[in-house]
Amino acid sequence: MIVLSSTWRDSKRHLFKFSQEMSRAGSRLDSKKVNSELFTLTYGALVAQLLKDYENIDDVNKQLERMGYNMGIRLIEDFLARTGSGRCYDFRDTAEKIQTGFKIFLGITPTITNWSTAGDEFSLCFESNPLTEFVELPDHCLNLKYCNILTGVLRGACEMVQMEVASWFVQDQLKNDSVTELRVKFIKRLEDAIPAGED
Amino acid sequence: MKQQGLDSKADPTGEGVQSLFEYLHAEMVTYVLSKADNDKEEELSRLEWMGYSVGYRIIERLSREWSRFKDELDIIKFICTDFWSTLYHKQIDNLRTNHHGIYMLQDNEFRLLANIGSKGSKQYLRESPRLLAFSCGLLRGSLANLGAVSTVTAEISALPSCIFHIKVQRM
Repeated sequence: MIVLSSTWRDSKRHLFKFSQEMSRAGSRLDSKKVNSELFTLTYGALVAQLLKDYENIDDVNKQLERMGYNMGIRLIEDFLARTGSGRCYDFRDTAEKIQTGFKIFLGITPTITNWSTAGDEFSLCFESNPLTEFVELPDHCLNLKYCNILTGVLRGACEMVQMEVASWFVQDQLKNDSVTELRVKFIKRLEDAIPAGED
Repeated sequence: MKQQGLDSKADPTGEGVQSLFEYLHAEMVTYVLSKADNDKEEELSRLEWMGYSVGYRIIERLSREWSRFKDELDIIKFICTDFWSTLYHKQIDNLRTNHHGIYMLQDNEFRLLANIGSKGSKQYLRESPRLLAFSCGLLRGSLANLGAVSTVTAEISALPSCIFHIKVQRM
């Protein structure tokens, strides 16, 4: 905290009162794009920091998942408030809602493919992924699951609506696959978490 | 189809991405605090450094399409208006300077504090500074890439208002 010196405070004639109309004409910033870049870069800085802090890349993956989980359990409230959507009636419905979630929070629409015959597993395919927009993995980071935060977000968010899911990356553009594929598997319903008297 | 109905009204303004950033930011703060060695003095330099690297990079992309800044004050004005309103919804409310490299940027409702307390609430005043470290770094990084090497500190007296002090180093 800076304490302004009294001489400075008193030098009234130097004070420059800021006018609100200083914004330049011409090129305005595209808010949506900038915010998406802010998120991308911030996430990148976080991963870089984690790589610095942990010696083991598996620990970085775990930490990313954990942070994603914490984000997911809050994000689901935001999602439900924005979309007004109700309870999922089956896992296909869940898949579509997850897709909508990606649309809202990351501005992308992954395609839903590769349903398992039992209908308890599907894949989300990303052709472009804002998280990895400016990213290249160096050779010593091949174990790094750069986007692992997403698996955590899904786990956390689904847990809050009484669903246990697991997810993992089967393809990754950062590892020279043509798409990024996130596999999502339904594990079980969390019946006990529903308080008495609620549906 | 129902799906498309949801999609079209989903987030026309990019608010979703903004709140995603807020969740991520909260997680980063928690992480940095968990890594800090002694809990008496909060060790926020990791956050500040992450902010710095983000600021440095983001300004490079933003200022590409911008005309050249006349001087230091011009840079600060850009930060206060366009840059700030793009990232944090609103402009800086008040800018003061002594014209010798010290600037005071006051935001009466800083976005990262807005949900912590309103109308001068003091309840979380002690914990609030940790929410500003990243933004201090962001400012410092942005300024650095615009050619103004500086130190940035922040001060909160009543939520959700805060003041960023920028001290530009003169060569």
